[in-house]
Amino acid sequence: MGAYLVRRLLQTIIVLIGVTLLSFVTLHLAGDPTYLYVSERATEQEIENTRRALGFDRPLPEQYLTYVGRVIQGDFGVSLRAQRPALDMVLERLPATLELTIMAMIVATAFAIPIGILSAMRRGTAFDGSMMLVAMLGQSIPSFWLGLMLIIFVGLNLRWLPISGHVPFLDPLLDGDFQRAFTNFPDAMRHLLLPAITVGVFSLSRNARLVRSAMLEVLSQDYIRTARSKGLREPKVIISHAFRNALIPVITMLGLEFGFLLSGVVVAETIFSWPGVGRLVFDAINQRNIPVVQASVIMFSFMFVSLNLFVDLLYVRLDPRIRLN
Amino acid sequence: MTTHTAQQDVLSLSNSELAPTTSSLRRARKSLIRARWPVLALIILIVMVSMALFGPEVAPKDPNRQNLRARLTAPFTANEETGDVDFLLGTDGLGRDLLSRLIYGARISVSVGFVAVFIGGIIGTLAGLVGGYTGGYVDDIIMRLADIQLAFPFILLAIMILVVLGQGVLNLILVLGIGQWVTYARIARGETIAQRGQEYVEAARSMGMGHWRIMLKEILPNILAPLIVIASFNVASVILAEAALSFLGLGVPPDVPTWGAMLAQSRDTLLAGKWWLAFYPGLAIMFTVLSLNILGDWLRDFLDPRLRGGD
Repeated sequence: MGAYLVRRLLQTIIVLIGVTLLSFVTLHLAGDPTYLYVSERATEQEIENTRRALGFDRPLPEQYLTYVGRVIQGDFGVSLRAQRPALDMVLERLPATLELTIMAMIVATAFAIPIGILSAMRRGTAFDGSMMLVAMLGQSIPSFWLGLMLIIFVGLNLRWLPISGHVPFLDPLLDGDFQRAFTNFPDAMRHLLLPAITVGVFSLSRNARLVRSAMLEVLSQDYIRTARSKGLREPKVIISHAFRNALIPVITMLGLEFGFLLSGVVVAETIFSWPGVGRLVFDAINQRNIPVVQASVIMFSFMFVSLNLFVDLLYVRLDPRIRLN
Repeated sequence: MTTHTAQQDVLSLSNSELAPTTSSLRRARKSLIRARWPVLALIILIVMVSMALFGPEVAPKDPNRQNLRARLTAPFTANEETGDVDFLLGTDGLGRDLLSRLIYGARISVSVGFVAVFIGGIIGTLAGLVGGYTGGYVDDIIMRLADIQLAFPFILLAIMILVVLGQGVLNLILVLGIGQWVTYARIARGETIAQRGQEYVEAARSMGMGHWRIMLKEILPNILAPLIVIASFNVASVILAEAALSFLGLGVPPDVPTWGAMLAQSRDTLLAGKWWLAFYPGLAIMFTVLSLNILGDWLRDFLDPRLRGGD
């Protein structure tokens, strides 16, 4: 376990260095990045000043090292619009995005697992068939379209749920203001529901299919037959023998899920005017506000990489067979 | 003399599985019809692809022709004077015919999907073949690169590249293509490693066949099935990604109709209840992607039952 941990940590560090290299290269893809930082009417002198101030006149390897040095210190530059550190802007929006991502994750797993198990148990029945058809449909719907449709039909026509706005829950919780977090909770949930469904439906569908096929695979194993012939009750067989083993591919998927959910979050936040990092990225794209785009992208990647590391370690705990490789 | 026939045997052995003989085509058709859903999916796809190919001939109107008097006409509305339905699926905020824009939109959305997957598939397959066949540090470098890219949620990578490079169909295809290579590289590598030690590869090597010929002529045909299966799902997800990027304003320039861009524009009139501008483009995307997913499922069962995972 110790050697594995060290190797896995080293791997993570290489990947993180790669992430900074990749974002550095992208920045220089179109030639001199200075032009991304100045307005179109900037004079020669202004461009030259900016180039020097940002260090784009230095040799590339030196630029990269300075860049990495800054990233390690959390310095992603200053937002071109707000004239504030880009990282601060990302961090203050992070709780709203985490609320949405976690809620979407709950939507994606809380329904997927029971649907997948029931479908596997009733394989070939009408229930199984219709669930898998719906899951196939769910994997084919563009999430932002689903969001727009939910706004029109659930929000505007039926007036069941709010279609925009955000009531903070995680923010007061992190500040230790439990009273406010508690009173905000019901309203926060109402505002979260439509965006979370929008983000989560794709993963919900895929996970349901995944759980089903993992369960089917496990259910055909000899030890299940043994458990049944021992006279164990079916729920016991399903839950403590089959599901535990079917969980392994599901956990791997959940780790990768985070990345998928994030891309959904960027779009969903735009549709529902959710004040998170996704909305920030969207605005930054339209204003070509490079420091903010870079800060958000790198922050997201770091979160993604650490989460994958965590999932891998969890994986080793769950399945002793993988320990060696 | 004997070596010659041995070589022929080896060659015919490795190629026989994928050569589309009449009997395997007939088997495919039978299995397709028996599964029912894939037939419907295939029909939908053919319609979408022909819309992409023959857009100008099929579209009832010019997709960019504005008609301000007929702005925001609802679908199936009859003209008050003539009683005809001028715009079958209605018009947008500039009075442009929605149906014609949908048909033209198929061009970009569908072709971007196929071309990007083709590019990514070729790059990835070659990388995987070389990595798996050579092993050693070449393999290490390729796989580390793959890890790094996987550490980046794809949409973020795409956003960064497109913000720097700017909009355009070509940039979009490039970014979406680059985004896909990892999947193919990983699968091709794994399969190549499994094939590398097989007897037919050793036979080819002992006959003095060059490395590239062994990889492309001997190994590639034997690892193609899982790659084709992945590609069919991949086109579906690339079409979704294209729509998402266009929706974020990073796809094609605003005057080019694509399904994602049409959805983005529909947001302006959404709160005024003009549902059709959002409804139909999304439906087009959904049916295309659904068909590709259904076909992919069938193709997987047909070509490579090993990938079914217990089902």
